[in-house]
Amino acid sequence: MSMSSDESRNGLGAGRGALAMPNEFLTFTLGQEEYGVDILKVQEIRGYDTVTRIPEAPEFIKGVINLRGTIVPVVDMRLKFRLATAEYNEFTVMIILNVARRVVGMVVDGVSDVMQLSAEQIRPAPEFGSSVNTRFITGIGALDQRMLILIDIEKLMSSQDMALMDSVAVH
Amino acid sequence: MSIDLAQFHRTFFEECFEGVDLMERDLLRMGADARGETVHAVFRAAHSIKGGAATFGFAAIASFTHHMETLLDQMRSGMRPISDPAVDLLLRATDALRGLLVSARDGVPLDTVRVVEAQTALEAFLGQAPAATASPAAPAVSAEQVFLIKFAPAPELFRSGNDPLLILRELAALGDLETRMSLDGLPSFAECEAESCYLAWSLRLRTAHSRADVQDVFAWVEGACELDISVEAAALQSPAPTVVVAASQAARGGDHAPADGGSIRVGTEKIDALMNLVGELIITQAMLAQLAGNLDPVLNEKLLAGLSQLDRNTRLLQEAVMSTRMLPIDSVFSRFPRLIRDLAAKLGKQARLTTVGEATELDKSVIEKISDPLNHLVRNSLDHGIELPDARRSAGKDAVGTVTLKAAHQGDDIIVEVCDDGHGLDRRRILAKAGEQGIACSESMSDAEVWQLIFAPGFSTAEQVTDVSGRGVGMDVVKKNIAALGGSVELHSIAGRGSRTVIRLPLTLAILDGMSVGVSGEIFILPLSSVIESLQPQAEQVKRMAHQGTVVRVRNEYLPLVDLREWFGLSGKSHPLHQAIAVIVESDGRKLALQVDELVGQQQVVIKSLEANYRRIRGVSGATILGDGRVSLILDVGAIVRQFSQVQAA
Repeated sequence: MSMSSDESRNGLGAGRGALAMPNEFLTFTLGQEEYGVDILKVQEIRGYDTVTRIPEAPEFIKGVINLRGTIVPVVDMRLKFRLATAEYNEFTVMIILNVARRVVGMVVDGVSDVMQLSAEQIRPAPEFGSSVNTRFITGIGALDQRMLILIDIEKLMSSQDMALMDSVAVH
Repeated sequence: MSIDLAQFHRTFFEECFEGVDLMERDLLRMGADARGETVHAVFRAAHSIKGGAATFGFAAIASFTHHMETLLDQMRSGMRPISDPAVDLLLRATDALRGLLVSARDGVPLDTVRVVEAQTALEAFLGQAPAATASPAAPAVSAEQVFLIKFAPAPELFRSGNDPLLILRELAALGDLETRMSLDGLPSFAECEAESCYLAWSLRLRTAHSRADVQDVFAWVEGACELDISVEAAALQSPAPTVVVAASQAARGGDHAPADGGSIRVGTEKIDALMNLVGELIITQAMLAQLAGNLDPVLNEKLLAGLSQLDRNTRLLQEAVMSTRMLPIDSVFSRFPRLIRDLAAKLGKQARLTTVGEATELDKSVIEKISDPLNHLVRNSLDHGIELPDARRSAGKDAVGTVTLKAAHQGDDIIVEVCDDGHGLDRRRILAKAGEQGIACSESMSDAEVWQLIFAPGFSTAEQVTDVSGRGVGMDVVKKNIAALGGSVELHSIAGRGSRTVIRLPLTLAILDGMSVGVSGEIFILPLSSVIESLQPQAEQVKRMAHQGTVVRVRNEYLPLVDLREWFGLSGKSHPLHQAIAVIVESDGRKLALQVDELVGQQQVVIKSLEANYRRIRGVSGATILGDGRVSLILDVGAIVRQFSQVQAA
């Protein structure tokens, strides 16, 4: 996985300043790590339903669901991050996101809670290899003993490797 | 302070284009209507475009329209007769005006030559002394009167693009105008808003023009001001002026009536949102109906009665919402009188257009897509169908040919016909040309089969390529466009009597008649219009060919067999062929057999976009939601057939 520390620094300190950082995060777990996404990008949380498989999609795109009349693609982040297990049972949850004027469902291991972080609690992203490419990480939230990886979910979902949008579709 | 003018521009352009369309339509009618009502309508349209353009700073449009307006004004006041050259000139000017508007709206370069030509022609025409024909008849006879006008614009007047100054100037042009301005409405300076109009006027106008003319000046601000026009007592002619006002307004209302029966402008996205919600409702309703099917009808009588009522109401609601997207086909038909007039003149032919059923309504999206094919068919009729006047006379027909456009509903379809009373299709010539162009044909073909040759790509019988037709990018494109809308085209012809092209289209593009098929646990929808038949192939019907995949023999025809499971890369194992089902589909005249596991049923489905939240998928045109709430993909048969033949060719 490639590192690009320049981008991640710009994401926090210099460019955007403390005010521009979202300070409420929805936290969820994927494997051993805990992540946070801007709560304003989250539309709702729901259980995992049957999806309709779609042809020519990478494995982590599970298919599409009917979300009150809208056709919404579902990605399984556990498969995307190549975690050991990806089971589907009554406890499987997905976070419905509103990113880049699209609606996308994201399957995760579990949703924890909503957290407020002050500017001091957010540190710049270190240059280490987490499951997420560091260019999508905006910072690390430190809270007591916990460590939250804050993701720029909009950037991640519209990136090429998610294969969710047409400009990046390979035909 | 800055205001975003762009939002007004959009409305302005919309209204301008409506105005231009109206001008064109009425100009074409003008010859037939001697009473001059239409001249007034055209004048008003030009006037409003000029006013709007000046307000928004489109000086070129304003000054151009000004010349048109001047000419129209002379025509409506009787100073100049309504003559063919004048109407022709105005039609050309209308085209130039449309060009100006398009260039101003889209920022595309302007066809300056055309505009300058039209403007020079207008100026030259205006420069000529008007032929003294009607002048003694019209204004001179009515004696001068004095009108007292109280004009108090609403504060929002400027926002609608009007300017009192222009109105006053125009009044002054009618006669002697005395103005007195009232500042009573003016608030203190601190409360003044630069965009509001606080002024009011008392006017005294001595003029030979009628009250209707005076009232016309205010036509564009009628809703946005308090207006009181009375005749000064000294010059009073009519004993009850108020009655006259009412009567003249009623008359004006009368000629506006067909244009607006109390309508509002609504964005299409709002209607689409409404359509979506109704689609949801239908799905929910279907889901409830499915669940209720398992209930004991005796125990749940009331619930079931309620559900059946819900079913009825949902359907009515769907119809009502669909009807808001429906436009009369007249909006397409109305552009053809002009086309026929110009084209007939160019070809040295004489033709008239009759339309039948122009009030037939169909979905806006269908209307937008049908106009090109119709255009082509009408051009063909005029170019190839209608004969030259001499030939018509010697054949014992009226020298003036007739092209007829017809529209009618038939069940869930709409039928559009283009007919002409020309010489019909020439069987021998079509066969000869087809042979020349290497299209498979034979003398023994039936007429219907011969007519089908016309739809072959590249086919053209025109002896020479004109700019009217004959380039051979013709009927195949028409057929393709119509097929893309889920419709079909048929040709009928009687030698010497004329030909008839019948287009059959679905009412809407939002709903599709589909056939649901099961493949590896998923359900796919095939558009019913592309399905020919389905069958269970016997082992001896299927042959595996080296390098060419599998073919299945259906009635002595070998069709390529495509396993949808493989095609879409779905998991699971295919049924052995003799247990599977082959659905024969057709697109662009090519047939293909699709191998599926089972046939599930036929149903109407609401088409949903996949691309809104995801991306395009090869061979899939959209998605829909089934009765149980699951998503199902709609197959794009055309794309599959095309892609398959490419794979084979490679």
